[in-house]
Amino acid sequence: MTATAEIETSAVVKRPSRYEEEAGGPRTAGMVRAGWLFLLPFLFFYVVFLIWPVIYMVITSFFNTSMVRTGFGSFAGFANYHEMLTKPEFWSALWHTIQFTIYTTPPLVILAFVFAVLANRVTHGQWFFRLAFFVPFILPSAAIALIWNFIYTPTTGLWNEFQTLLGNDAPSPVLGTPSLAMIGIAVTTLWWTIGFNFVLYLAGLQDIPRELYEAAAVDGASPWQQIRSITIPMLSRTTTLVILLQIVASLKIFDQVYLMTQGGPGISTQVLLGLVVNTAFTDYRIGAASAASVLLFIVILLITLIREVVVRAQERRAA
Amino acid sequence: MSESTVTTEPTSGPRRSRNGVSAAAPAARVQQNAGARSGRTFTIVSWAVLIIFAVLWLIPSLWAIKTSLTDNGTSAVGASAILKDWNLTLGSYATLLSNGDIWNWYLASFITATLTTVFAVFFSAMAAYALSRLRFHGRRWVFLLLLGGILVPPPVLIVPVFQTLNVVGLLNTYWAVVLPQIPTVIAVFVFKQFFDGVPPDFEESARIDGAGFWRSFRSIILPLSRPVIAAMAIVTFVGTWNNLILPLFVLSNPKLMTIPVGLATVQGSYGQRLSDIQASSILGALPLVILFLIFQRRIVEGFACSGLKG
Repeated sequence: MTATAEIETSAVVKRPSRYEEEAGGPRTAGMVRAGWLFLLPFLFFYVVFLIWPVIYMVITSFFNTSMVRTGFGSFAGFANYHEMLTKPEFWSALWHTIQFTIYTTPPLVILAFVFAVLANRVTHGQWFFRLAFFVPFILPSAAIALIWNFIYTPTTGLWNEFQTLLGNDAPSPVLGTPSLAMIGIAVTTLWWTIGFNFVLYLAGLQDIPRELYEAAAVDGASPWQQIRSITIPMLSRTTTLVILLQIVASLKIFDQVYLMTQGGPGISTQVLLGLVVNTAFTDYRIGAASAASVLLFIVILLITLIREVVVRAQERRAA
Repeated sequence: MSESTVTTEPTSGPRRSRNGVSAAAPAARVQQNAGARSGRTFTIVSWAVLIIFAVLWLIPSLWAIKTSLTDNGTSAVGASAILKDWNLTLGSYATLLSNGDIWNWYLASFITATLTTVFAVFFSAMAAYALSRLRFHGRRWVFLLLLGGILVPPPVLIVPVFQTLNVVGLLNTYWAVVLPQIPTVIAVFVFKQFFDGVPPDFEESARIDGAGFWRSFRSIILPLSRPVIAAMAIVTFVGTWNNLILPLFVLSNPKLMTIPVGLATVQGSYGQRLSDIQASSILGALPLVILFLIFQRRIVEGFACSGLKG
């Protein structure tokens, strides 16, 4: 339960359990029936709300399916994909999604690491830092957005008045300026979600044997050297996990954009999931929305596969 | 010399660096004092940096709280006015709690999050039990099928899920929020991993006494799994409570809105009542802050072990 790295899904899942190897007893008819009965409730919901939607998404991406008509509509071939891939809005949404990922991932990983390493060293008041850094993460995005929209209020908001105080007479409204809006969303996200990575790193730190540091201290290694040669390499698995989860979460970004800018000003912060949702629920074009979802899904899948390769390489090096 | 032993290790794996460090231990006495001193400086710097960031991190929340306790008139003037006015009032909270919307949102969030948590945890524990303990045809297929599900981020499925709910006529019911969130694959694997670590002897003695699989699951495995159940339950509860995209599109009846959906309408409907807006944000966040204060350790553990993220 404690080791994050061990629970990271793919690594765990592929290792056969003891029971798989030893085959806990003979396969009886009763066991077969029990097996399926135990699986049934979960599988039912899994098939209806995960497998079927994936299939439906892929099928409708080839049809002119509409929200206002029943059935799949006429066959469209690759027209939906062609439309998406030649539409500037799609590329701009993809770019904004990537932009958001680039803005948020490095600070979310590096700051979380720094906070965790530092918090792990101080002996008192850990609860305070957990409160400060972790609590925002478990709050609803809508509550977070209300707080930050208010901070970003043009002219009279906390951020703009603070800038005026520093001598900037006409600070630009953060969410109202195309070049700043995504940064504003990224800062909010940094504040909101850093606690998750912070906690993953804290869990990873707990698994590093104390003796390593004691031995290093006896050797006269400075804390900085200890961090560089013990903490960072020992946390490399956690770091890989954190980076992947972070990238995948960033690619799915929807809440913050919907709540803070609605994709604006103009379409300067519109992201892929926002485009999907608009295409489906505003334009009622399910087929086109599905094609966009499939493309987003492929991007996420690619990132996951890349990580799989990286993890394999890491394990080979460690072995 | 001892220092170089430590610093030349960065690329080596965990096991090698442990040996490298301890082998050099006897030669290091001389440097110990210097190390202790830099250790103390480092601790002080750690404290300073942490506290600065923690304060920075608290400012947005404190600002929202302060604004919620200031009257709407002052809040509309601007940040410095809010900062200067210390006639605190609970007026915004009184308004919100008496107008009733927030109670509906609380109710909807509470019902949907509780139902989802109960079903999701129970069904995934059952599925995990089958995968961990029972041998039957097709088990490997199921395993692979579930494994694939990890790769599918639920928000991407919002359109087909909406269509499915539409076809079965569940739109605008609590079930539309509950049912799609029941299949949480990660929970199955977390449970399975835990069950795999429970020695089979416990159940075997019960099975000799004639207990079926169901009874050994209910009366042996589940009681043993209390910590995992608690962790998974909390993670699911928080995740469902905070989900915006699903209830946003499957619920359009304002009476059924959950907290996130309700809060998303606040900015438009309250307009210039900035204190009220901040107070509703605080009220929306409050149940989870209380949950955190009660279950601090479990929540942190739960998120750390599930690697789950919005």
